[in-house]
Amino acid sequence: MPSGAQPERTRLAWRRTVLASTVLVVLSARGVLADGVNGFEGTVLALLLIVWLSLLVGSHVRIRALAAARPAALRPHWAALTVVAVIALTGMAALSLF
Amino acid sequence: MKKRDQVSTVKASLSPHRLRESGTAPDYRFSLANERTFLAWLRTSLALMAGGVAIAQFLPPLRVAGLREGIAATLLLMGAACAVRAVLHWAACEKAMRHGQDLPLSRFPTALAALVAFGAVGLLVAVFTGVFAP
Repeated sequence: MPSGAQPERTRLAWRRTVLASTVLVVLSARGVLADGVNGFEGTVLALLLIVWLSLLVGSHVRIRALAAARPAALRPHWAALTVVAVIALTGMAALSLF
Repeated sequence: MKKRDQVSTVKASLSPHRLRESGTAPDYRFSLANERTFLAWLRTSLALMAGGVAIAQFLPPLRVAGLREGIAATLLLMGAACAVRAVLHWAACEKAMRHGQDLPLSRFPTALAALVAFGAVGLLVAVFTGVFAP
């Protein structure tokens, strides 16, 4: 296996994860927008956007780090922050149900 | 996992230095593989939650009141459980690799598979017994 394959596969895994989160964000936003847009819905939509952007930026930072020949291992707080973002999306998805 | 190991795994998830201080760095490719597994679990979590949100939005109201929202909430909970599990397992594996130990065993994947299979069978039964009929 070529030496560059593993970092590339990991970069692609980050991209796929952002893609999966985009699907969830769009569905949640759709659910929130169905109720019309006033203060509460606007707040949830803004939060959805912020969390999605943070996932996008965070994964981009990690993807850049993975471009090195021997990339450093994922830092624990990076993994933890990613999961915090996903849990935040869970909360907002739950809000979009009602 | 023993309680003590579980607590130290949570701490290892949150503090990079605590993780780095123990054992020796494994081959970077093993760490990358661990990272990809972590991301795969996150995608599983996101897919479960997207399924829950889609059910809440696109399924017509079922005959049993609140059942649709109940199914959606269950899927959201399963998604959250997968996300938490993702980071805990990632940290536990990283720690095991640093100490040259076997990777930790877990019943979580089996439990998740059983839940998904149970849900799918339940859905099949519901479709054929007409729960979705208005």
